[in-house]
Amino acid sequence: MDIILSSISQGLLWSIMAIGVYLTFRILDIADLTAEGSFPLGAAICSVSIVSGISPLLASFLALVGGMLAGIVSGLLHTKLKIPALLTGILTMTALYSINLRILGKANVTLLGQDTLMRTLQSLGLENRMAVLVVGGVAIVLVILALYLFFSTEIGLALRSTGDNEAMSEANGIHTDTMKIVGYMLCNGLISLSGALIAQNNGYADISMGIGTIVIGLASIIIGEVIFHQLSFAKRLITIVIGAVVYRLIIDFVLQLGVQPQDIKLFSAIVLAIALSTPLLKKKPRRTKRVGKKGAELV
Amino acid sequence: MRTIGMKKKIILGLATVTAGLVLGACGNTSESADSEMTNVGILQYMEHDSLTQARKGFVSELEAAGYVEGENLTLNYQNAQGDQANLQSMSESLIGDNEVILSIATPAAQSLATSTQEDPILFTAVTDPVDAGLVADNEAPGGNVTGTSDMVPIEEQISLLLSLAQDAETIGIIYNSSEANSKIQADLAQEAIEAEGVAVKVLTVTTTNDVQQVMTTLAQEVDAVYIPTDNTLASTMPTVGEIAAEYKLPVVPGSAEMVEAGGLATYGINYEELGRQTAKMALKIIEEDADPAEMAVETSTNLELVINEEVAKSLGIDPESIVLPD
Repeated sequence: MDIILSSISQGLLWSIMAIGVYLTFRILDIADLTAEGSFPLGAAICSVSIVSGISPLLASFLALVGGMLAGIVSGLLHTKLKIPALLTGILTMTALYSINLRILGKANVTLLGQDTLMRTLQSLGLENRMAVLVVGGVAIVLVILALYLFFSTEIGLALRSTGDNEAMSEANGIHTDTMKIVGYMLCNGLISLSGALIAQNNGYADISMGIGTIVIGLASIIIGEVIFHQLSFAKRLITIVIGAVVYRLIIDFVLQLGVQPQDIKLFSAIVLAIALSTPLLKKKPRRTKRVGKKGAELV
Repeated sequence: MRTIGMKKKIILGLATVTAGLVLGACGNTSESADSEMTNVGILQYMEHDSLTQARKGFVSELEAAGYVEGENLTLNYQNAQGDQANLQSMSESLIGDNEVILSIATPAAQSLATSTQEDPILFTAVTDPVDAGLVADNEAPGGNVTGTSDMVPIEEQISLLLSLAQDAETIGIIYNSSEANSKIQADLAQEAIEAEGVAVKVLTVTTTNDVQQVMTTLAQEVDAVYIPTDNTLASTMPTVGEIAAEYKLPVVPGSAEMVEAGGLATYGINYEELGRQTAKMALKIIEEDADPAEMAVETSTNLELVINEEVAKSLGIDPESIVLPD
């Protein structure tokens, strides 16, 4: 039971990152590799802030802002310098490695014995895993609520239409470049915030912690989309949260199987492949006519 | 109708995964209920020569003390394969059931220390446990965490290096900037070299892919090279050794394993021995109920001068002439 609770709470923290990845996916039609740099950026900003005595709440907020700045850089590279989105991500991610190392001052900053959001809740009498669950739950509810409200505003709608049909949006007087920059900003802010929360949960920020984030993000999104097709925007965000939790459950399931350590990655991939294909197999007899609208569905 | 059917399937799917996890968890509990068995957990950060040597040393020392895996010892071994996202889950699965948990390398130790403030945790292959936040003080750790540090005798290694390259004007240092342990050692080494009035040139890599290029650049500008006990460089010592041979450079790395893989010589630690030393601490916890809070962090007691004779000959140095300077 403990393991399941821990999977759920970790899934909640990771889902913020997955939502960030999903947004760039919708707006740019590609997975933005900036994520692999902005995730440890958030962890770095947050940890260094906490160590220097800033409250964990403010430190997490600073991480969000830092991620947004990184997003603006990517946005400008892509829209103003006309660098292809995939390369833009690689460029910013590479640059962020040095920046993250500058911020951290060394490769690994520990948060053991420091105040974190989780520890603040623990001092109020919550058990460790519950504290993580509460932090993750509150954060994800706030994020989804904020995104829902934002995407109902005029700018938010313009952003979505840029993702759906860029030419049409431009014809209707939307500054698509500006919208893309806003999109990049939003996504990387969220990814960075997720990094900040994960660092507080893990007890350290490490320069290498960004490796593989994009894979986790994509896996969460795809699991969410495979099990729930054709949903409205807000519901889609919720399914990504479910996807992130299921992904962690799958990984933990594999860890519980007792496979040889060197085979873990292979088994994770196999179990993931089975999980992803089950709904499709069951659906086979019925012919699907509806095809997801462009950009809205990945599979 | 369709969506409801879909939801049912999802619930079914989730239930299956959950049931699997519960069953898995139950399986573990029944094992630990067996009072004949001693449970020891091991969490290794990544697949790597030195780290694996440390683990093997740990296990073989337990065996020497009468704890044989499968007979009276259950080893719960997890390896995160360098994936930090999995360290936390692995830590959670190790706590609760084990009498002592060994963590190998800094991120693994930090993950475990965050997950439990009760279960005794030992670490090895951590250079500066105070800096890593694992212990309050090396003499009196004060918590549930203690272990062995792989801090190497850097000053001795530097004087060995300088005795091997007596006319050196510039000494190169190469390490991976993403490894906290390496930076600590590289800074100390730089200080020690500069104290002898020799210039230092430091270059860093970030992945194994950079090593060839960075080492070649460094080799052209320096007269000898020092390498900390860096995981990335340890994995690429054959490459480093080849480039060093080409430029006739003596290389003194941090560990014995790295000398064997292409370095010239070192006076340093042997990770297998370090693992054995950590196992002795584990035995104190298992058999004598020792409290990690009061067990001082240990550094390697088994330092040795290691020489790679082939490399020495290719550099035109008589292996016999290599001795530790006073």
